[in-house]
Amino acid sequence: MNDIGLFHFLFVSCALFFIGVYGFLTRRNLITMLMSVELILNSVNINFIAFNKFLYADKLDGLFFTIFIITIAAAEAAVAIAIIINLYRNHKTIDVEEVDAMKY
Amino acid sequence: MNASTIIFYLLAATIIGGGLMAVTSRKIFRSAVYLLFSLIGIAGLYFYLDYEFIAAVQIIVYVGGIVVLIIFSIFLTHGSGEDMKRPHLGRAVFSALAAAFGCMLTMYFINQQTFIVTGTQVTEPSAANIGAQMLSTTKYGYILPFEVVSMLLLAAMIGCIVIAIKIKLPPVKVPVLLDDENVIVVHEEIVIENIETV
Repeated sequence: MNDIGLFHFLFVSCALFFIGVYGFLTRRNLITMLMSVELILNSVNINFIAFNKFLYADKLDGLFFTIFIITIAAAEAAVAIAIIINLYRNHKTIDVEEVDAMKY
Repeated sequence: MNASTIIFYLLAATIIGGGLMAVTSRKIFRSAVYLLFSLIGIAGLYFYLDYEFIAAVQIIVYVGGIVVLIIFSIFLTHGSGEDMKRPHLGRAVFSALAAAFGCMLTMYFINQQTFIVTGTQVTEPSAANIGAQMLSTTKYGYILPFEVVSMLLLAAMIGCIVIAIKIKLPPVKVPVLLDDENVIVVHEEIVIENIETV
């Protein structure tokens, strides 16, 4: 692990973050937008772990941030899926462009 | 190029390729499976960095929990095997341009940055060390966020049940008037389905 440094991990996480941003901007389906958000959160986790490993190896704080982000992402996904199922029951669609009852 | 480098690039290719396919595939179920590969690659990256505990948490929570939840909700809301609509061409092009330029700009700034290594001795990220600091009430302990996040999980669980539950109204018993020919006279504003004649 000599030649793989911090920059490699930061580049992977940066690419993953912007892949998630691209998906969030182009997808019009609530479930796939949720999947894009999960990609973005995971790229942040890679950053925290890489910084903790390479710069602050004497502490564990980046690891704790990652644990809390994973916990909150789980709660967020559960609530989002409950909302999606309720929306599907009422509107028979989960396309964000057809669900505009509160827009006008 | 030694084995460790090759393993890193394989993991990076799994993560990036899985992520790209997850956001571009037009079949939603395949999209979820590509997301699964991407998340497994990230867990592999944590194993690569010797953070075994966080890799195990990643596999348990993301691969075993969130992706299964997403696949369940796909089964509940989608017919089998239909393609999703293609994104509008203009929006796809501009989103791709925005993401690509943002990515390049961020990578440029990362490249300019010099990071200073401060940690000299190494704290082993073992489950014992993590647990000791997580539940410690001293200065660098994480007991307060731990308790707060447990309350958040409880609130999210109750909220999910409240949002997703299907409420069945009990039948309403109303007195019904009968006219001369024994026809039920009901006020128009009363919902017919919930009436049980008494």
